[in-house]
Amino acid sequence: MRGSGRRGAAKWLSVYAVTYMVFLYAPVILLPLFAFNDATVVAFPLSHFTTKWFVVLWQTEALHGAVRNSLMVALSTAVFSTVLGASAARAAARYRFPGKAPVMGFIMLPLVLPEIIVAVALLVPIMQMGLSLSLWTVIAGHVLICTPFSIAILSSAFQGFDTSLEEASLDLGETRLGTFRRVILPLVMPGIVSSLLICFTISLDEFIIAFFLTGTDVTLPVYIWSQLRFPTKLPSIMALGTILLALSVVLLVLAEWFRRRAARRQGIEASVTGGLV
Amino acid sequence: MAPGTNKGIIQLSDVTRTFGAFYALRKINAEIREGEFFSLLGPSGCGKTTLLRLIAGFDEPTSGAISIGGRPMAGIAANKRPTNMVFQSYAIFPHLNVAENVGYGLTTRKLSKAEIAAEVEKALAMVDLQGFGGRAAHELSGGQRQRVALARALVMRPKVVLLDEPLSALDKKLRDQMQVELRALQQSIGITFILVTHDQEEALIMSDRIAVMFEGEIAQMASPEQLYRRPRTKRVASFIGVMNFLPATFVAQGDDGVTVDITALGRVTIRPGMVPEVLNPATIDTIGIRPEMLTILSNDAEPAERSARGSVTGTSYYGDMTYYTVQLAGGGDPVTISMRNTAGRSVLPSGSPVTVGWGAESVVLFE
Repeated sequence: MRGSGRRGAAKWLSVYAVTYMVFLYAPVILLPLFAFNDATVVAFPLSHFTTKWFVVLWQTEALHGAVRNSLMVALSTAVFSTVLGASAARAAARYRFPGKAPVMGFIMLPLVLPEIIVAVALLVPIMQMGLSLSLWTVIAGHVLICTPFSIAILSSAFQGFDTSLEEASLDLGETRLGTFRRVILPLVMPGIVSSLLICFTISLDEFIIAFFLTGTDVTLPVYIWSQLRFPTKLPSIMALGTILLALSVVLLVLAEWFRRRAARRQGIEASVTGGLV
Repeated sequence: MAPGTNKGIIQLSDVTRTFGAFYALRKINAEIREGEFFSLLGPSGCGKTTLLRLIAGFDEPTSGAISIGGRPMAGIAANKRPTNMVFQSYAIFPHLNVAENVGYGLTTRKLSKAEIAAEVEKALAMVDLQGFGGRAAHELSGGQRQRVALARALVMRPKVVLLDEPLSALDKKLRDQMQVELRALQQSIGITFILVTHDQEEALIMSDRIAVMFEGEIAQMASPEQLYRRPRTKRVASFIGVMNFLPATFVAQGDDGVTVDITALGRVTIRPGMVPEVLNPATIDTIGIRPEMLTILSNDAEPAERSARGSVTGTSYYGDMTYYTVQLAGGGDPVTISMRNTAGRSVLPSGSPVTVGWGAESVVLFE
């Protein structure tokens, strides 16, 4: 009796799980579906297979500018956030200082703040200070929201770091700089790479902050949004979305792979999020 | 006697380390001799690891001075000191293999790759790990990690090797074996070893000299035998092995020693060697006697210098030995008596009346 009841519950759970997945991912699957569909109207039934929308992308100059802008923003954001994140993660793991908990909480706050609030909150002082909006203001906004992710990823690497390894290196005659280069860096490197990849991905597809804080140069998501007003452009946007989707998945998988490798190197059980997110 | 010379290699003078208002070390004075195996022994929190880290250069004393090989160490960082450490966690670099771990320190010196490889192989041979150079760090067992850590320190040819509880992570069998090996290795290479441990047995087995530390101070510094035979204070006596304490009162002091009345055993004159140099008769209230210095006499009247009546209240059987708890008729706390289980001697049950034999020369008087 009990056994069959449990089996029934298990069946319903799997139905629920499948339904959940369909709701979550079906719209995403529509993207590549219409990207390869030979019709300007995004509707079923599908007509023939085509790659012409990708050709259209290739020939759109404005798009190329947006891609360049986005790459610049995403790369800068990834580097700045990871440097800041690494410093904060090491400080949090290694040192005790007054007000550590509130300070760390404050740094992690953008993780839970609605982006629109962050965007508006940044826009107002930037305007007040008379700074002109540019890709640099976008980068500043993106660094703000990416740094918490970087800390979350890197703190597992730094927390698990046995300080006697550093001492052993010094004891064996190596300098502080040499110790950083030969011991610390190799051991946290996978975490650093993982952080770079995640921050890059977050920045690349971030819309709200980029929309509010950019000047005349638009990033890719902002460009896409602006193109949505023209129905004929829709299929090529679908094609662009497909490329971005594939790229994001590849980057995230890579990032997680690097993070797990970092944890494994230090002999830490690789939890999915490192305990912070 | 193992120490090759009596030349001092490390001088500690008035070494003090405070953390806020807490004294981790208070005015430590000691000289560690060249080539000796020296142990810092004490319970956790007694400051022994702090002292080792001060010698290694990971920390600086609040006041006082440390010199190694005649050179003052103030302001000299760990990477410039002629000491190398074997860490409690071994601190094997997880991303390097055994040879790279052992050769790590040599790369900071001006040596060719071939010279480093030769030195590494020599060091690995010293710790019985020939041919292990290519092993990854995570492929090593606990005992092997310990050996790699030791080889990594020895390959640097330091003046002093510092060992921070290096055997505490090993199981008992392996630990016993490593104690003997480590001691033999130290004697064959003749480098000064300083061992930090909380295990009194380990310190007794391995050391030439031991400094017993309590609450940031050295309570007694002596050879293992001296330390066991004549602990200066009650605290040292109960930390090293088992000691029976019996109430006693001062009677007289003369050239042949100090005479006391032991409540449970009677009057005895303790010879000068077992009496503190500075004696305050007013503070004498206790004597100490080791379990093996008391004997349970067989009924057929074994000869004994002195004897006392008592009854067995408990037994612990260890195979080769039996530890009896005996309440002496004269009063005081029950005493522990260890007896070797020789042929023809059966284990006495609780409640048995016994005659306890003892000798005057085994009694210790404390400061």
